[in-house]
Parts: sequence; C-alpha cells; structure tokens
Amino acid sequence: MKLKKRIIQYEAERVVGFADEIRNVPGCEELRSCIQCGTCSGVCPLSTYMDYSPRQIIGMVQSGFKDKALRSHTIWLCASCYSCAVECPRKIRITDIMYELKQRAIQERIYPRRFPIPILAQEFNKMAQTHGRVTENVLAAIMFLKSTWWTAFGMWRLGLGLMRRGRFPLHLESIKRKDELNRMLKTLDKVTIDMLHDERGKGEPARGGGR
Amino acid sequence: MTTYSYFPGCSLKGSGRAYEESLLPVLRALDVELEELDDWNCCGATAYMAVDEVRACVIASRNLALAEKLSHKELLAPCNACYLVLNKTQHYMKESPSVQGAIQKALKAGGLTCKGTQPVRHPLDVIVNTIGLDAIRKRVRRPLTGLKVAPYYGCQIVRPYATFDDQYNPTTMDRLLEALGCTVVPFPLKTRCCGGSLTGTLPEPGLHCSYLILKEALRRQADVIATVCPLCQFNLDSYHDKIAGKWGAVRIPTVYMTQLMGLAFNMNERELGLYRGFIPMKPLPASKPAE
Repeated sequence: MKLKKRIIQYEAERVVGFADEIRNVPGCEELRSCIQCGTCSGVCPLSTYMDYSPRQIIGMVQSGFKDKALRSHTIWLCASCYSCAVECPRKIRITDIMYELKQRAIQERIYPRRFPIPILAQEFNKMAQTHGRVTENVLAAIMFLKSTWWTAFGMWRLGLGLMRRGRFPLHLESIKRKDELNRMLKTLDKVTIDMLHDERGKGEPARGGGR
Repeated sequence: MTTYSYFPGCSLKGSGRAYEESLLPVLRALDVELEELDDWNCCGATAYMAVDEVRACVIASRNLALAEKLSHKELLAPCNACYLVLNKTQHYMKESPSVQGAIQKALKAGGLTCKGTQPVRHPLDVIVNTIGLDAIRKRVRRPLTGLKVAPYYGCQIVRPYATFDDQYNPTTMDRLLEALGCTVVPFPLKTRCCGGSLTGTLPEPGLHCSYLILKEALRRQADVIATVCPLCQFNLDSYHDKIAGKWGAVRIPTVYMTQLMGLAFNMNERELGLYRGFIPMKPLPASKPAE
C-alpha cells in the first residue's frame, strides 16, 4: 500500500485579506457563506480529474491560502458548466470565483509552463481584441505553437477532415470598425485604473480576513 | 412575418457553419426573418471571462448596443456560449453599478449606447415557445417516424440562468423533436458538460466527458444525438478516432436540431449542411410525404 503524505498548511502561508479581496469582486460576494457541504464537488463533472476539489478550493480562498489556490490545476479544469453554481445551497457563484482565481493566476503568472489552458485564454483575448472576432483554427494553431506544440501532430487528421468539410476557414475573420472597439477598450483601461486608485484610497482591508 | 436581430457568433461562421446553414432556411419556412447585426464582434465566450471579466462584459455589450440600434424587439443568439455571455452581461449591468459604469463609459467612447434590457433569446426557445409546436406540425412534410433521437442541450443554455426551462432536466427540445415525429429516448445526461474547450487543451478529461455522453446515447439505442450548440456538436462529432483509441468506439452521429427540422420539412440534405459532419447520418426510412 502506498502511504499518502499528509500536507500541512501553516498559518504563515495565509495571505490576510485575500478572501476579502475576492469577496469585493462582482459575482463573488457570497464566498463567506460557504458551509463546506461538498455539493459542488459532488456535481462537478470534472472533479475526479482535479488536484483539489471545488470545495477545497473555496475553503482555501476563505482561509486565505492564496498561493495554493492559484497554483492548483482545479481552477483551470473548470469548464464553466455552472452545475455547482446552481446546486450550491448557499447560492455561491463558484464558477465566477473560479474565473476570478484564473484571472489572478494569469496576472501573477503562476501557472505551469506550457500549460495550454491559460495560454488559450490569453491568445483568445488577444485575437478577440485585435480582430474583433475569433477564427477557431488559427487560434488553435497559435495555442499549440505556444504550448505543447508536439501534440499538434496528433491533430492532422482532424484538421484535414475539417478542411474537406469546408469547416476550416483559410482567412482571418475580422470586424470592420476595429477603431470603435479599440477606443472602447482604451477608455475601459483608464476607467479600471481610476477605480483601483479609488479603492486604494480607502485604505487597507480589515485585518483577520473580514468579519 | 416577424424579424429578429441575429448574433451568429464566431463558430457559426467557422466550424459550426452547418448550424447557420440549417437555421436560416428553417426559420424562413416558419415565417421568421433574421437581420444580422452589422459588424458584430466576438462575445468573449468563457475564455475572455478567465482573463478579465469586466473587459469581457464590455466587448459583449458592444453587440447588445448594436442590437438596440436595430428596431427589432429581440435578439437571437444560437450558440449556447454567446447566449449565456450576452445574458450574463445584462445581469451584471443590472446587479453591479461598477460594471455598469465601466460599460457605459466604454460604449460612449465608441459612440454607442446600451440599456441592457432587450431580451436575448435562443432559437430553441423562440421555435417552441413563440412560434409554437402547432405551426411546426403544420409545416412537417416528411415526419421523422422511427428515428430515435437523444436530445442533448449542453450546459450553458440552461445554467446558470434558467431562462426558459429547467436547469437539469429541460424538455423543450424533447417536445420539438416529438412534434417532428421522432422518438425521443430518455437521456439523463442531456445537460452534462461535453468538456467544452478542454477537448482541445487537455484531451484526457475533456474527451472523457464527451465519451460518456456518446456512450450513454448508444446505450439508450439512439440513432442520432440532437444538439443546439456549435461547441457541443464539434466535441461529440469530431473526436471519434481519438475517443476510440482511448476508451473504445462509440460511433453515433451528432446533428443540430435545426438540421432535423429541415429534414422533417423535406429540405435538401446538402443545403442543410449535413455533409459537414464527421459521422454521417444513416439515410432516413423512405416515408411518403404527407398530403
């Protein structure tokens, strides 16, 4: 029998105020009301593949174990099917919390090297932003080049099949009024920076992680 | 004749074009016209939410603003992900003053305005709840009698917002398929996740999700799976050789609900884009066209 080593989490690893930070994000307000019942882990179609169950992730975030939560594979395995969010007896929008954790992991660049999921998310955004539309096959090609490029060889048959069926566009889709979208996103950048300044002005969040 | 604003989404112009090819003629046959939004942009799907939620709402709101410019009452979004993102953006606009503020400032810079109150609807909802099953039955020329169909809804059409049906056991498509003459097999996995974009990024867990759905449909002796989402169709139809290599063959065709409607309306198979699927549908039993 293989003995499993127990991992102890120390108080020193906690980031005080992390739970409050997450709770202030629209959609994540109910975080504190989790009762650790595990319904989310039970209904999650991908929890068997996760390193920590959704319940454990929520627990980590609640107690401020930021690093562990952001480094987990769980947040990336969430496919956004919203099963947990509709089943949660405390109406916690777990999917939105997972989105928030993904965002933070990308901002802080803590995800495994060559891990395709965050790379896909970022490349998707770049494409949606610069061209206004997403051309799926081009996006997939870029994702493979930047992540596990060697696995792309296993995809030749799929690509060929899509081409034969006219489902493999050879030109990049794009919108006409790119400047309009650009202006919108530039203004937004300014707005978000202003908002951050406002929030910093309010001072440090309450110590001890909230209530 | 009713007209809806129409937001096709990127997939319907690329890998999911058979959905658009079948949706347009079927709705036209039911006296519904669609006006495509001028210069619409990507809704952001789930990938954009994972990088920046406010930005995701802003790019989605541009489409809502474009739709409000047209004089039609409602906006039609046939892709489940687009449908959810547009609805979610409207919810955030209502719930969160900070998101609403950011959206309005950004839209203003683009010379647009958006109230965020125009209903965003899925074709399944419009076809069954607005056009109605009676109108469908009247239009059926070749009932699909004997065709056993597993209705697969996918997740984001009913979750998290149960806009028109139950979050786990929706029945709207079941009723539609019955009106076409199909036999609907009981299908408990109808809203289980198909793996989403994981099938491309992490095949092991992603394809396993698809595999379970295909296996269950076969076990229920379905001839075909009906979908309402381009990503579900892609996942269930395109990875059969990989799935067979990992867990064994589960060959069953997956088509769009609108393609089955087109068949029942006696439309041309090629024009409905049926040849675009990887697993071909078996020819229908030759039934006499109804008088």
